[in-house]
Amino acid sequence: MSVVIFVLLRLAPGDIVDILFSTAGYVSPSEKQAILKELGMDRPYVVQYLDWLHQIVTGDLGKSYRYDLPAWEVIRPLVPVTLELAALSMVFAVLIGVPTGVISAVRQDTTLDYALRVFSLAGLSMPAFWLGMVIILTLVSWFAWIPPITYVSPAKDLKLHAIQFLLPALAVGYRSSALIMRITRSSLLEVMREDYIRTAWAKGQTGRIVIWRHALKNALLPVVTVIGIEFAFLIGGLVVTETVFNLPGVARFLVQAILWRDYPVVQNLVMFIAIVVILSNLFVDMLYGVLDPRVRYGG
Amino acid sequence: MAVRPAAIAVPAGVRPRSGAWAVVARFVRKKPLGAAGGVLMLLMLITAVFADMLQTHDPIATNAAYTLGVPNAEHWLGTDHLGRDIYSRIVHGARVSLVVGVASTLLGSVLGGIIGLLSGYAGGKIDLVTQRILDILQGLPLLVLALVMSAALGPSVQNVVIAISIPIIPRAARVIRSSVLSIREMQYIEAARSLGVQHLRIAFRHILPNTMGPFIVLCTAQLGSAILVEATLSYLGLGVPEPYPSWGRMLSVSAAEYAQKAPHLVLFPGIAISLAVFASNLLGDALRDTLDPRLRGS
Repeated sequence: MSVVIFVLLRLAPGDIVDILFSTAGYVSPSEKQAILKELGMDRPYVVQYLDWLHQIVTGDLGKSYRYDLPAWEVIRPLVPVTLELAALSMVFAVLIGVPTGVISAVRQDTTLDYALRVFSLAGLSMPAFWLGMVIILTLVSWFAWIPPITYVSPAKDLKLHAIQFLLPALAVGYRSSALIMRITRSSLLEVMREDYIRTAWAKGQTGRIVIWRHALKNALLPVVTVIGIEFAFLIGGLVVTETVFNLPGVARFLVQAILWRDYPVVQNLVMFIAIVVILSNLFVDMLYGVLDPRVRYGG
Repeated sequence: MAVRPAAIAVPAGVRPRSGAWAVVARFVRKKPLGAAGGVLMLLMLITAVFADMLQTHDPIATNAAYTLGVPNAEHWLGTDHLGRDIYSRIVHGARVSLVVGVASTLLGSVLGGIIGLLSGYAGGKIDLVTQRILDILQGLPLLVLALVMSAALGPSVQNVVIAISIPIIPRAARVIRSSVLSIREMQYIEAARSLGVQHLRIAFRHILPNTMGPFIVLCTAQLGSAILVEATLSYLGLGVPEPYPSWGRMLSVSAAEYAQKAPHLVLFPGIAISLAVFASNLLGDALRDTLDPRLRGS
């Protein structure tokens, strides 16, 4: 994993100092060498790579040369913001995705089904940042109210803080709900054709119990898988949404670090995101065993 | 009398050809949504090709006398903060979006397809190592990977295409590999092998053509996300550089500043992006259902 990230970043033509200097105008070659040396970039790639690995293992995430602070100290306060936003978005995605998926499956091939599918596909098609801009614009023109431009901490004003997070979470969540909705629909449709569902109907159970208790429970496994995959997708959505709503999170910081060419920070943030994605996939894998006792590992 | 080869060969066109129009008509009847997507894509293609004829103003020319103009008879969709005609910019933006979208999708899919083909055909350790590397690439969110790549490469149309194509590679390789794995075991491949046909020839001549169904499905599905990623990169200032009118760039920070005064600045380019991606998603879905039933609903 780390090798690939490292190689990808070094594969690019021209090193970071070149790019840095191209914006600053002319800089003497000797000065350039000095900076390269200071950043340790004059050493062979293998040494640089091993050095980076050593830093990661020992918990030292390098130094952000924009802030002249250890990278971790810059990143740490941003993590809760992104986690809160990601969690809220996920909640919205599930709240929108699962019910629409169920309704769409139950009313298969009706106008309602088509409408819901178009609705979810539209969510997948709209750029997250544009959706965010439209939400802000609507608020401004209809309610003459602008969400706070600067970050409001929950300790200061809980209500404003909630509103500030709910809107971007809705924008990201709507987008992510599309995949959840589609997988819920197709998985439920498959389960509804099973014999035990027919049995449940034959017993004279009400539709609601059959669908929500018997069918959905068994249709949930692929849905959970997609929610896990969705997590990686969601981070992509957060990158722009945090920028639009001006929330000081990890994702927005990644964009800024890229624009500033803050090399160590970008490298570590990408690694961090990759680890989060892998962990969430692992977590989903472990959830399988809980959701479906037939799935057991190591047995 | 010796039998002439032509006499035993199956005459071309012995299968009753249903004709291209019949196929299209059937597709429209069975998948009305997909057909609508196809029509929208076609419209976008026409717009992109004939952008020079469809424009009403020079998309790059600024007009200091008429900035942030509201939509009217002369400027159908209004003007931006530099007085540039938004309608003409959107028309030309279709060109950029389509060129970048199609080029990066093709580049990524072809590269990924070749990797998937060789990896699936070779099997064994080569396959294992390739798959792990692709796993890692796929572990990163598409946008983050494209973001890092385009930042590392620097802004230019070519680099944006490369940056967007890289996240597509592992996805394409996956799809093609899985279909290669099943084709590899077919009897005609065994026949070819026993005739002493070389491996590369088997892979490219006998297996590759049979993966075209999934490949087409993959391309249409990826096209939408490629257009979306291009718009996002341009929005963040890492995509297609000025002066090319790009939909994403039209929405970028400078436009957001004036959004309150002139909402049309934000509205129209966004609608253009959404429609384009929506159309290719609709078409991709319908094609997937038609060409590759195994992937249905996934």
